[in-house]
Amino acid sequence: MAEFHLKTPLSEADVRALHVGDAVLLDGVVFGVRDGNLIRVFDQKVAPPCDWRGAALLHTAPNVRKLGPGKYEPVSVGTTTSMRMDRFTEGLVRDYGVRAILGKGGLSPASAALMQSYGAVYLSVTGGAAAMETLQIEEIEKVYWEDLMPECIWQIRFKALGPMTVGIDAHGGNLQHEIQQQAQQKVAELLRRMGIA
Amino acid sequence: MEVPESIYPLIENACRDLYIKSLKEIPPDVVEAIRRAAATETLEVAKRIFSHYLQSIDLGREQKMIVCQDTGIPIYWVKIGGNLRLDGAKLDDAIVRGTERATREHPLRSSIVSPLRRENRQTNCGERIPIIHYEFQRDSDVLDILFMPKGSGSENMSFMKMLVPADGVNGIKRFVLEMVVGAGPKPCPPTIVGIGIGGSSDLCMTLAKKATTRPLGSRNSDSEMAALELELLDAINQTGIGPQGLGGNTTALAVHIESAWTHITCNPVAVNMQCWRAERRRARIHADGRVEEGF
Repeated sequence: MAEFHLKTPLSEADVRALHVGDAVLLDGVVFGVRDGNLIRVFDQKVAPPCDWRGAALLHTAPNVRKLGPGKYEPVSVGTTTSMRMDRFTEGLVRDYGVRAILGKGGLSPASAALMQSYGAVYLSVTGGAAAMETLQIEEIEKVYWEDLMPECIWQIRFKALGPMTVGIDAHGGNLQHEIQQQAQQKVAELLRRMGIA
Repeated sequence: MEVPESIYPLIENACRDLYIKSLKEIPPDVVEAIRRAAATETLEVAKRIFSHYLQSIDLGREQKMIVCQDTGIPIYWVKIGGNLRLDGAKLDDAIVRGTERATREHPLRSSIVSPLRRENRQTNCGERIPIIHYEFQRDSDVLDILFMPKGSGSENMSFMKMLVPADGVNGIKRFVLEMVVGAGPKPCPPTIVGIGIGGSSDLCMTLAKKATTRPLGSRNSDSEMAALELELLDAINQTGIGPQGLGGNTTALAVHIESAWTHITCNPVAVNMQCWRAERRRARIHADGRVEEGF
């Protein structure tokens, strides 16, 4: 397992170098997305107001304090469960050129296959550890679609976000899915042993 | 014992404080369990995840930071001392106002929306939210309020099944194990697995949720239920799901069961999971205005 310190926007070579289990620190702009704004992009067909080529998208919705029009400071910014947004992976990596999805809990085998063919990765942020993550923010630079508060698109600049764990690499690896499959086999074995086959 | 009018603003303030402080100070029994679990891990990734958990716990306590961004569904478990004569409607209003004030005054993210139109009032309140459960305590002069901000990552991992009597306890074991493994990384493991057994469908689910509020280290008072708690915990921790589902020795910090008697044809079981932080905070309010805080 290697350690990487990368900067956004990410190139295909950046993400192809990563393998499941590697640790990644990230500098630069990361876009906060989640249910509400991705439903607007993909179901209501509203183009995102920012360029996501090479982007890292973080599944989040922060606690913020409003400082002025369109200006916010972070109160607590953490990571939400990615699987709810699983069906948006295809559009993000194929149509918008996203290179990294950052979230917690992993994505499906279908998403992993898309990441392998388009050259993207899933980075697992430690869920629930928002206090640590918040201190890695340099600035909330811009906020798009404030009418969706708190589910706006957040343009956040991080310094050394992480270390995150590569959950899905661009070579077909899907760590959280593999561990869950092993757990399912283990439960079948446990149930047999408990006499509940 | 008639309570004075001044108790209601006191309750309102207490509920505001419970919400804010619960997000910053993780209960000591939970911190201890996370420390113990961290010490058993040998895998590099699992050790990394636990170190992030412990760093965030410290930032919450020492720098008064919100540990997780999810401000949750606000849930209050209120136990009213049988000797207290108070106005239930005013009590209700005070709890709602305290919730709204915590959201505005801190400020906190408002995580509550209407179910179809997804309208957000930016108060963490709405129709039937906060959720307030009322119980009564015989021979007591205390109003005991236990608050939990229930995060959605774990709340979305809630499952209920109306098993039949012929499924027996084996059916319960199978259901619990299959649901916990099916939930995998999503509820932010290691979790507290709350299990409801018996009752009606709605009571069963409420019992599963209530079970997650019990302090770690507590056991069901019924020896058969307590043995089932331990058997299921041992099985869950053999699955290897580990912290964040990235692999490791601890998938659950505890299994807690709460039960009720049920119908002759029913064998209901419910699972409600609580994430690794297991935030909860308690205020014990006395008629003379004293407020004791705890967990």
